Amino acid sequence: MSKSDPNAPKRLALIASKGTLDWAYPPFILASTAAAMGWEVAIFFTFYGLTLLRPEIEARVSPLGNPAMPMKMPFGSDDFQSINWPIPTAMMTVPGFGSLATTLMKKTFQNKNVASIEEMRQTCIDLGVRLIGCQMTVDVFGFEREDFIPQTEIAGAAAFLEFAGEADVSLFV
Amino acid sequence: MTIQSLDLRGLLCPLPVVKIAQAIKKVEVGETIEATATDPGVLADIPAWARSSGQELLSMDKVQAREFRFVVRRTK
Repeated sequence: MSKSDPNAPKRLALIASKGTLDWAYPPFILASTAAAMGWEVAIFFTFYGLTLLRPEIEARVSPLGNPAMPMKMPFGSDDFQSINWPIPTAMMTVPGFGSLATTLMKKTFQNKNVASIEEMRQTCIDLGVRLIGCQMTVDVFGFEREDFIPQTEIAGAAAFLEFAGEADVSLFV
Repeated sequence: MTIQSLDLRGLLCPLPVVKIAQAIKKVEVGETIEATATDPGVLADIPAWARSSGQELLSMDKVQAREFRFVVRRTK
């Protein structure tokens, strides 16, 4: 237990509640970094975060409702790539725009050599991060244990709070 | 004392820290690893990792405009 034993490693408790591409990275990046620094880490996946525990993660992203998202093209000359395109909100509701935004963001990550979400998740698993699915969300949305990767533990809020109660850092994403 | 080398060029946060953490476990206590990275984040991240995990950072140098070389030693 971290707080009661000064020699114990630090502990990070993360809650991942979102399933879009832009929100999928932060919990896995923070978790893998903390684990690489010798911390004890657990991520509690609830609501749409549960989709990040599926074998194939199909996270998408949309600029609709995300006014701070930079709209830059991941191809072309450097000058072209530096343009931040002003896209009218109405255009974001055109069918296919969400898929386009997802594809462009993935290409941006690829260009910069950023690992995919599945790779980041595997790094977390390799470093001993616990991946915990929220029992309640699983029941409410009709998921089954078999829908998720085998490393998933299923637990409720009380079990997670017990872990988080002794954590040095607790974050809600 | 052998020096292993690790190429972290092109990798962005958190991969440099993750890779060095994995690599340090593969060398003996007392051995060192020399790594080359291009992510400017390593300037702050690697010292933080070393302090946090109890390993020793022997040097951190900027060798080119966007290239950094650091040496860490496994202490435990």
